[in-house]
Amino acid sequence: MTPGPGGATVRAWPPSGTPDMQLTQVLSYALRRLLQAVPVVILIMVGTFLLLKLAPGDTVDALVGDMGGADAAYIARLRAEYGLDQPVWVQLGRYMAKLIQFDFGWSFVYEQPVAAILWERLGTTLMLMGTSLSLAFSIGVGLGAIAARRAYSLTDNAISTLGLIFYATPSFFLSLMMILLFSVKLGWLPVSGLSDVAAFYTGWDHVLDVALHLIMPTAALSLIYLSFYLRLMRASVLEVADLDFVRTARAKGAGETRLMIHHIMRNALLPVVTLLGLQFSTVLGGSVVVETIFALPGLGQLAYQSVIQRDMNMLMGIIFLCAIIVVIVNFLTDLLYARLDSRIALK
Amino acid sequence: MTDPVLDIRGLRIALPKGADRPFALSGLDLSVNPGEIVCLVGESGSGKSLTAGAIMRLLPEPHVRVADGSIRFEGQDLLALSEREMKQIRGDRIAQIFQEPMTALNPQKTVGWQIDEVLRLHTGLGRKARRARVLELLDLVHIPDPRSVYHAYPHQVSGGQRQRVMIAMALACEPKLIIADEPTTALDVTTQLQILKLIRELQEKEGAGILFITHDFGVVAEIADRVVVLSKGEMVEQGTAAEVLNRPKHPYTRALIGAIPALVPPRPRDFRDAPVVLRAEGLVKTFAARGSLISGKRAPVTAVDNLSFTLRRGETLGVVGESGSGKTTVSRIVTRLLESDCGAVEVDGTDLLACSPRELREMRRHIQMVFQDPMASLNPRKRVEDLIAQGPIVHGADPKAARARARELLELVELSPAAATRYPHEFSGGQRQRIGIARALAMEPKVIVADEPVSALDVSVQAQVLKLLADLRDRLDLSVLFVTHDLRVAAQLCDRVIVMQKGRIVETGVTAELFAAPSHPYTQQLLASIPGRGWTPPDLATDAA
Repeated sequence: MTPGPGGATVRAWPPSGTPDMQLTQVLSYALRRLLQAVPVVILIMVGTFLLLKLAPGDTVDALVGDMGGADAAYIARLRAEYGLDQPVWVQLGRYMAKLIQFDFGWSFVYEQPVAAILWERLGTTLMLMGTSLSLAFSIGVGLGAIAARRAYSLTDNAISTLGLIFYATPSFFLSLMMILLFSVKLGWLPVSGLSDVAAFYTGWDHVLDVALHLIMPTAALSLIYLSFYLRLMRASVLEVADLDFVRTARAKGAGETRLMIHHIMRNALLPVVTLLGLQFSTVLGGSVVVETIFALPGLGQLAYQSVIQRDMNMLMGIIFLCAIIVVIVNFLTDLLYARLDSRIALK
Repeated sequence: MTDPVLDIRGLRIALPKGADRPFALSGLDLSVNPGEIVCLVGESGSGKSLTAGAIMRLLPEPHVRVADGSIRFEGQDLLALSEREMKQIRGDRIAQIFQEPMTALNPQKTVGWQIDEVLRLHTGLGRKARRARVLELLDLVHIPDPRSVYHAYPHQVSGGQRQRVMIAMALACEPKLIIADEPTTALDVTTQLQILKLIRELQEKEGAGILFITHDFGVVAEIADRVVVLSKGEMVEQGTAAEVLNRPKHPYTRALIGAIPALVPPRPRDFRDAPVVLRAEGLVKTFAARGSLISGKRAPVTAVDNLSFTLRRGETLGVVGESGSGKTTVSRIVTRLLESDCGAVEVDGTDLLACSPRELREMRRHIQMVFQDPMASLNPRKRVEDLIAQGPIVHGADPKAARARARELLELVELSPAAATRYPHEFSGGQRQRIGIARALAMEPKVIVADEPVSALDVSVQAQVLKLLADLRDRLDLSVLFVTHDLRVAAQLCDRVIVMQKGRIVETGVTAELFAAPSHPYTQQLLASIPGRGWTPPDLATDAA
C-alpha cells in the first residue's frame, strides 16, 4: 500500500484546516511533484535515446529496405538529410534541445509532425482505456464486494469462477469470439475501425457511430481487467470485515448495509486504488493486441509499427508521452489516496 | 433488592469440532445488578470474551454458538430475540467497550462521526441536538477541548483518549449494561489508572451495571464489587471482591493469586566487586522525521537522550517506563540492532558501536536478546533444535554438536528434549518463551537483553518464566538488561532499576530502595498507578506451588 514516490506521510495533529488551505496545499504539492518529475523524464528520454541507438539499423535502413534497395551514395545522402551521419552525442544534443521546446520532430514514415499523430492517437487510446478501466473498476469492485459479503455461497462461487474464466482467457481469443458472435453471426456491431468511413456522419450520429465501434474492444478489455479488481476487492473486503472497528460498529447496533457502506468499503478500497493507479499508467500505452484486432488507430498499434519501421522520432515521442502519463497518474493516485485515507497527508 | 440487569443461567457455548474442548463455556451463572461492577476474571482461553460475545449475540456463528442456558437482560430473554430486536438493543441499552483502542475505531471516520453514529442509530435527535450531545459526552469523559477532538481522526489522538472516546460512545444512549472487555490492557499504567477511575466515576453517576472482563487481579482489586473466576470455561469461584481476593477458596484462584508478583523487591545484593560487563556511555538516538527532498522536515523525535549506565556480572538491571519512554530503543541500541547517533556501548571492554561489521558478528555472541512476542520472534518454518542451533552454526560450530547442545539447553529451560524436532506453533506461549531463552543461551552470552519477555504471557506462566530467568541468571552468572513496563515484574527480578521518561533517565537506584522511597515525581506517579497497589495478595505460597 505504498503511495507514489512523492512520499505521502502520515498527517500530524492538528488536522488540516479549511478547504481553502487544502487547495493551496494541493497546489504546492502539485508544483513540487512537477519539479521532481523533470529530472525523471529527462533521464528516461536520454536513456531510451541511447538504447534505441544501440539497436542495429535505423530509419534509412528501414526505408531503403521498403524501396527494395538503393545505391550507397543515395543512402549516404539520405542519412545526411536526416542528420543520422552525425555522432550519437550530437544527435542526442539536437534532439534534447528540440524536446525542451516541446518539438517532437518529424516522422519520416508518416511525413507528418510527430506531435500531430500522437495527439490524434492519444484520443482514441484514452477513450478506449479510460472506458475499459472505469467499467472494470466499478463492476469489479461491486461484484467483489458482493462476493465477499456472501463468501463461500453459490453467488460467491459463481462470481469468482466467472472472474477466473475471464482472467484466463487470452485477449485475442476473447476479441475474435466476440467478433464472430456479435458481428458475423448476429450482425449487431461493426467488425473493426473507429468509425464508418463511408457514412460521413456528423454531430451526434458520429458520436453514436464511434460508440458502437468501441463497444466490443471496450468489453473485451474490461472483462479481462475486471477479474483483477474483483479478486482484490473480494479479498480486501473479507480482510476488513474481520477488523476490530467493524465489530465495534456491530456492537453499536449498525445493520449490515450500514457496516458495508460506512465502515468496510472505504477501508477496503485502498489496495484496489493502488492497483488502479498502477494499471492506468501501463495500459495507457495501449493494447497492441486488441487495437490490432479491431483495427483501432491507437497508441499501442502506433508503437508497434514505429518499432518495425525504425521511426525513431515517433518512438521517442510515444515514450515521452507515456512517461508524462505515468507521472500524472501517479500524482492523481496520491491525491485520491489522501482523499480516501485520512491517515495520509500530502507533504 | 432490585432485579439484576443481567442474569445468566447455565450458559454453555459450543466450539466447533476439533477444538481443544467441546465447550468454550460450560455452565456459567452470573448476575449483574444495577450500579454494580462485576469482574469476570480468567487467563487467555478461559472463555471470558466469548461470554461478552454471547450477551451481545455477536458470536461467530454458526461455528461458535450458544448451546444451552439463558441470558436475561432486564427480565427479557436475549437469546429468544430476533436479529432486528437485538440490533436495537446493541449500543442502546447494552454497550460494549473493547480492548484495543487503536483498532476498535474506524480509521477513516472522525471521532465525532463515530459517536454520532450511535445516536443516529438509536435516537430521533436532529443534527444539532446530536452534535451537542456528542460534545457533552466528550466532556463527560474528560477529553480536553471536545470541539477539536470532535473533528479529529482516531490516529490523531492518544491511546488513552481513544479509550475515552470508546467509553463516550458506550455511554451515548445511557445504557443499562456496559460490557468492558479488557478496556485497559493495552494502556500504560498511569493512563490505565485514569481510565479505571473514569469508569468508576461514571458508573456511580449513571448507575449502569458493568460487566468488566479482565485477566489482571490488580485491576480487579481496583474496581470490582463482585468477582467471577473462570478457568477453561468453568466457573470456579464467585463472590465479593474482598472475599475472592483475600480468601480465595478454589485451588485455581489460589494459584492465580499466588502467581501475582508481589510488590516486594528482592534483598539488595552487593555487586561492587563484580567486573563491569556492559557499559553504555552517552547514548543518543534521534529519529528524523520522514520527508521528501523538497518538502520541509518535521521536528525530529529524540527517543534516547544522553543515556549512560553500567551492568556488572551477575546483576539484573531493569529499564522501566511507559510507552514512548525510549526503553525499547535502548535495548535495540545496546545490541546494535539500531545504530546510536553517538556514545559507546562497551561489552567486556570492547566498544560494540565502533566495531567493523566483521568484528560485530564476533561480538554478537556476547550479547543476546530475548524478545517480547514469542510467537512472532521464532521462525515458524524451522524446527526448535534448528532455531536454537542456528546461532552457533553461523558462528562456526559443528552442526551436529550444536544440535546436541540445543537438546541440553531445552532441558536447561525445563522443556523435554523431545521438543527439539517440533515446530514453534506446537507450543504454548510460555513454552515458546522458554525456547526463546534457550536460543539466546545457545551463544553462551555474557549479557542477555530481555525486552518485555513476559508481557505477552498469562500471570501464572509469567511467574514460571520469571523464576526460570532468575534461576538461570544465578546458575550461569549472567548479566541481564531487563526492559519492562510492568513494575511488579521489575520488582521480582531486578537488582537495580532505571526509570525512563521521554528518553531520559529520571531516576536510578537499587530496586528495594527506589520502590520504598521514590524521589522523582514521575517515579512516584508510576508507583502510585500500579493497579491494586493497596491490596497485598495474601501469602498463599505454600499451596500455590
